Amino acid sequence: MNKKKKEYIIYLILRGCAFLTILTTIGIVTVLLSESLTFFKNVSFWSFISDTEWTPLFANKHYGIAPLVSGTLLTTVIALSVAVPIGLIIAIYLSEYASDRFRSVIKPVLEILAAVPTVVYGFFALMFVTPFLQLFIPSLAGFNSLSAGLVMGIMIIPYVSSLSEDALSAVPSSLRQASYGLGASKFQTSFKVVFPAAASGVTVAVILALSRAIGETMIVSIAAGQQPRLTANPLVPIETITGYIVQVCMGDVPHGSIEYRTIFVAGLTLFFITYLLNNISYFLKQKYQEQYD
Amino acid sequence: MIKRNKFKEKIFPPLALFCTFLGVILLLIFLVNILIDGLSRIDADFITSLPSRKAEKAGILTAWTGSLWIMIMTALISIPIGVCAGIYMEEYSKKSKINTLIEINIANLAGVPSIIYGLLGLEVFGRLLGLGNTILAGSFTLSLLILPIIIVATRESIKAVPKSIKDASYALGATKWETITNHVLPYSVGGILTGVILSISRAIGETAPLIAIGALAYVPFIAQSPFDEFTVLPIQIFNWTTRPQHAFLVNAAAAIIVLLLITFVLNGIAVYLRNKWKMNLRY
Amino acid sequence: MKPVIEVSNLFVYYNNKPALKDITMSIRPNAITALIGPSGCGKSTFLRVFNRMNDFISGCRMEGKVIVDGSNLSNNDIDVETLRKNVGMVFQKPNPFPKSIFDNVAYGLKVQGFTDKKFIEERVETSLRQAYLWNEVGDNLNGSALSLSGGQQQRLCIARTIAVQPKIILMDEPTSALDPIATAKIEELIISLKEQYSIVIVTHNMQQASRISDYTSFFYMGDLIEFNTTENIFKNPQEKSTENYITGRFG
Repeated sequence: MNKKKKEYIIYLILRGCAFLTILTTIGIVTVLLSESLTFFKNVSFWSFISDTEWTPLFANKHYGIAPLVSGTLLTTVIALSVAVPIGLIIAIYLSEYASDRFRSVIKPVLEILAAVPTVVYGFFALMFVTPFLQLFIPSLAGFNSLSAGLVMGIMIIPYVSSLSEDALSAVPSSLRQASYGLGASKFQTSFKVVFPAAASGVTVAVILALSRAIGETMIVSIAAGQQPRLTANPLVPIETITGYIVQVCMGDVPHGSIEYRTIFVAGLTLFFITYLLNNISYFLKQKYQEQYD
Repeated sequence: MIKRNKFKEKIFPPLALFCTFLGVILLLIFLVNILIDGLSRIDADFITSLPSRKAEKAGILTAWTGSLWIMIMTALISIPIGVCAGIYMEEYSKKSKINTLIEINIANLAGVPSIIYGLLGLEVFGRLLGLGNTILAGSFTLSLLILPIIIVATRESIKAVPKSIKDASYALGATKWETITNHVLPYSVGGILTGVILSISRAIGETAPLIAIGALAYVPFIAQSPFDEFTVLPIQIFNWTTRPQHAFLVNAAAAIIVLLLITFVLNGIAVYLRNKWKMNLRY
Repeated sequence: MKPVIEVSNLFVYYNNKPALKDITMSIRPNAITALIGPSGCGKSTFLRVFNRMNDFISGCRMEGKVIVDGSNLSNNDIDVETLRKNVGMVFQKPNPFPKSIFDNVAYGLKVQGFTDKKFIEERVETSLRQAYLWNEVGDNLNGSALSLSGGQQQRLCIARTIAVQPKIILMDEPTSALDPIATAKIEELIISLKEQYSIVIVTHNMQQASRISDYTSFFYMGDLIEFNTTENIFKNPQEKSTENYITGRFG
């Protein structure tokens, strides 16, 4: 085989590998859509989005996605209210205050938080955080979104801090010099000049953290409960979209049944939300990277 | 009228230090508690016993052998494909609509929740290809999951190769592929390896996608081939965590210690490699 | 007239290598003093001593006596932030904040703690007028500073600096990144400013120094070779190296 032909075949193989990623997305969308479309032959789309109960596994069947979405939202909000303030404070400190040595030691340490398997975090939430919180909040149920949300928040801190710190470091030093030259302190320069200048990069970091929290499965499966309900109360058991999918997969649901299809329609909802968020953050990222080139 | 909020300024550095260490300290507290609960349970029996309905007799043999199977199979599948895709994107693809699409798509895939990959695996590998809930189905599923990570790591490592080296190779008449195999890959192998180890470490800790394809929670036999059913450490932990009896929770703690040990060792190797090759890769 | 800056036996080291050696000179008030010399001669370092911006360079060390508007800079007790409110700086490449024109000029006031809206608005307008920019941006103060041309951005930076009414303004090659027309506008502006401020300007453009400055110092390899009125330096240089530099034999 002559050289040119060989090179071409290699090119095709390599291209095929890259193309596999497109196939993956097509596969995901096809699988989720096809099962969901069959689902919607039996359940009206309107009741799907407006019914306030989700009871596909019970005798009295309701197929409203709202309780699962609210469960996901509740744990996510709790997680972000921990991860975003803490993550941003860490990012500003590392970018504007800390020495290079400190930064190079701390960054990998923080990444450990993201490396721990989520099933371990779930164990923590159930076995330590909930009993601990029950000392202060006696009405806290054994399964609840508060513990799950808090632990998820801790896990997500490095997502917020690492990406935000990158965005802050990318702000040109000439802006800092201008601010210091006017007699501003480090605190004023960091918060009034550098942080606003890095706003789109920080937004990207937060959106990615948000997407991560929405898609989180094991922490909520273990610690948040299996009771879908439309509530804003963090002290009671709920169920998230991801938790529901796990619940069904662990059980004995026959293929081809409507209960089986509910995991795909739940998955489609999840995919849709995270896909939207990821695209927004991707385009935001392109925009802010242009700014400083 | 001049006022400055000196309090806010003074309190920020100590507050920031507190935040920085908060997560790590909490994790340390968790870990110490886990060690207290589970360390004593770990002995040769625990590691070599099959799971059992009796907590004291149950062990993690099938779980860690299952994890090993999954790790090896996933590595065998995902590394060649991921590295090849990365090479294509860095060395071969020119600016075109299709190639931009591939790029955006990979960025998106990296953000898809892992359980969605599980649903994909359930239908395509489990049902369509008839692999059911075997190791093979699990490995294919996890391979798709970690593929974006390996691709990004490969791309970043290849980007760092100086153009001068490639120019020298081409100038001597080498083909593109010869240049890649003789110069680009050897130069970037450190970064690629780091990314691979990190993604394998991630794969070992994954639970949701494997649950979705139907990996069992109770597997009283060791898998002998990729076509066998299986379980993995995280699923075993999940299963024991959901049991009310305290003895099973002790087992879970012990299994967690084993899983964390593996995870930290793998991550430690990757960080060591990353520092050694002094590359600043982000994945 | 009492000098507004007095320098005695100043040495500046970068990692123990001397960048400035035994400099003694003074800056007159309400005048423009130019610092000239070939690249690397230490003139920018010298400029940055006066507002302690060299503090940001690790390994930089200063010895000797520098008195700026009555404060001794080598005294560790002085409040650097107060110093910088009194000694403003305009940089080589215009660096407006990615905020509105108004917010750029108002920033220094807000940092100092001023909160009176009317006061700030008036000061912003005054500063923009003084910087010859009001006519061009007065009707669009909320527009982004980054949408201005290079020359306009530099005038904005000058407006931002004078908004806090410093006593001294340091300028580090303020027109080297600008085209000739923008440069001319800014030179006109600088001359108008000396009524109210004392200006020290680093420039590698000798024609600029001779056009706008009252006093000139010539630096070479970390030494102050000659300091005199601009007229004397250019018409009647005392040192051979000064003459060589001015006539273009080197640098």
